Amino acid sequence: MSLSLSPEEQAIAARQDGAGMAMRIVAESARLLGAPRLIPIASAHIDGALYHGDSGTLFAEKLVEGGAKVAVRSTLNVGALDLMGCSRIRLEEPQRGMARRMMEAYRKLGCEQSWTCAPYQAGHRPALGSDVAWGESNAVVFCNSVLGGRTNRYGDFLDIACAITGRAPDYGLHRPDNRRARLVFDVSGLSPSFLASEIAWPVLGSLYGRQVGNAIGVVTGVAGHPGEDALKAFGAAAASSGAVGLFHIAGVTPEAPDAPTILAGPEPEAVIRVTPEMVGKARAGLSTAAAVKTIDAVAIGSPHLSNAEFDSLERFIAGRRLAVPIYACTGRHALALLEQDGRRKRLEASGVVIVADTCVVVTPIMPELGNGVLMTNSGKFAHYAPGNTGYAVLYASLADCVESAVLGRPVFTDVAA
Amino acid sequence: MSAAAEILVPGKAGEGEALVLTAPISFWGGVDPRTGRIADVRHPQHGEVIAGRVLFLPGTIGSSSASAVLMELVHNGRAPAALVLHEPDAILLLGLIVAREMGWETPIAVRLGRGAFEAYRGGAVSVGADGAVTVAV
Repeated sequence: MSLSLSPEEQAIAARQDGAGMAMRIVAESARLLGAPRLIPIASAHIDGALYHGDSGTLFAEKLVEGGAKVAVRSTLNVGALDLMGCSRIRLEEPQRGMARRMMEAYRKLGCEQSWTCAPYQAGHRPALGSDVAWGESNAVVFCNSVLGGRTNRYGDFLDIACAITGRAPDYGLHRPDNRRARLVFDVSGLSPSFLASEIAWPVLGSLYGRQVGNAIGVVTGVAGHPGEDALKAFGAAAASSGAVGLFHIAGVTPEAPDAPTILAGPEPEAVIRVTPEMVGKARAGLSTAAAVKTIDAVAIGSPHLSNAEFDSLERFIAGRRLAVPIYACTGRHALALLEQDGRRKRLEASGVVIVADTCVVVTPIMPELGNGVLMTNSGKFAHYAPGNTGYAVLYASLADCVESAVLGRPVFTDVAA
Repeated sequence: MSAAAEILVPGKAGEGEALVLTAPISFWGGVDPRTGRIADVRHPQHGEVIAGRVLFLPGTIGSSSASAVLMELVHNGRAPAALVLHEPDAILLLGLIVAREMGWETPIAVRLGRGAFEAYRGGAVSVGADGAVTVAV
């Protein structure tokens, strides 16, 4: 089926300004995707303001020069700089200046200065069933799965073009039939104590992503709601190890009151019965460092830490002094609460490095070490840190990460799956 | 030897030595945007440079920032001479669409079944503005 544009859309696409350029980009993408039409969107989350090279900055500035403005609410994902001045970014000129120009251009386009990969915890929560255009894999999977907002994985350039036009190609996860589950991922064979542990969700997410790839599955065998931060960790890990844009959890996520309701057919195409052995392998696979005696740093906050996660961090540190730094990545939405009662100063006095507006795997923050070892409780950091920072990774719970940071050597508490 | 391929994104006709990839590639993290060198150590064509080559892609995987990498290659003058894709990848090709909107000269991208790729390996290949993929004998 070929793409058909409304007379209004055609008129905008014929213009020589920024809005015309945005409409042509959306329409060309729709044509390549085989979408029959464009649909209106309620909001956007923009991942395109992270500096990868000068061309992205020039693109954003061309939209600004063309008078373009976003037509719908648009939050911004992380940039390459910490504009709050919490941490020192080792990005040199001229890249630093180009990264700053890029962030400034997106502000001028009318985007909110949210600078977070967890916009859904910064007050941007699309309504169930609404169409939106979101970028950043963890935000996409959270929006689709936990909130029931409908989005595909919108990448660089297309995200802002959709925000300016207020439209997106009608295909993929915008269509209800494409949101149904074809696979069952059954965790009922795992112990309740493991499922209640903090590491369960990032580890299961990593396993899920590797097992399902880009298919849509429904997780069964989960007794109660594991909490929003657990679902955030599951989605982020699943979207790093596989191309997961949407998952369902029977009895937990909004489109899956139970498994039969969300399955595409009377029977699933496959049932993955998760065993303790599979979990053990997935957990081990998150670490790349072999037996090491010391660690150089801990990084947490991918996705960005919520206030509840900062509460846990404070509780585990319990006023002690850290031997190696904990890089705690977050958004300015969480910072506001953290500034109250001197909490941020107390954490920093312990040896925590707060990183705001960005994170340690997208821009150079941690010192360059030849063979550094990083401990993390994030499935997503575990996936990207070796390639992006050069550090080998050890995966552990937040409690173990904190103990290890206090001692300067890795400590693990065993939780049987 | 010549095949008529479907034009995915119109652009400048190109010719160069064929580079036939034998595995899908993620442009983000897999190709250095400054040099065009394949940087993914696990990729079979690791170390090859895609700049100026007629690039045959059996598939693409990974990050939604592939478009940004391809546009950066165009901007740096390190793009392939032409792209031949087994199937259209909207995210990757968006890099060409946006570069064209920027007023930069972009290589043509066409679609050809990967079964036909082997015939071009090692040859000097041209991709015409009409989509014809031809190997010089």
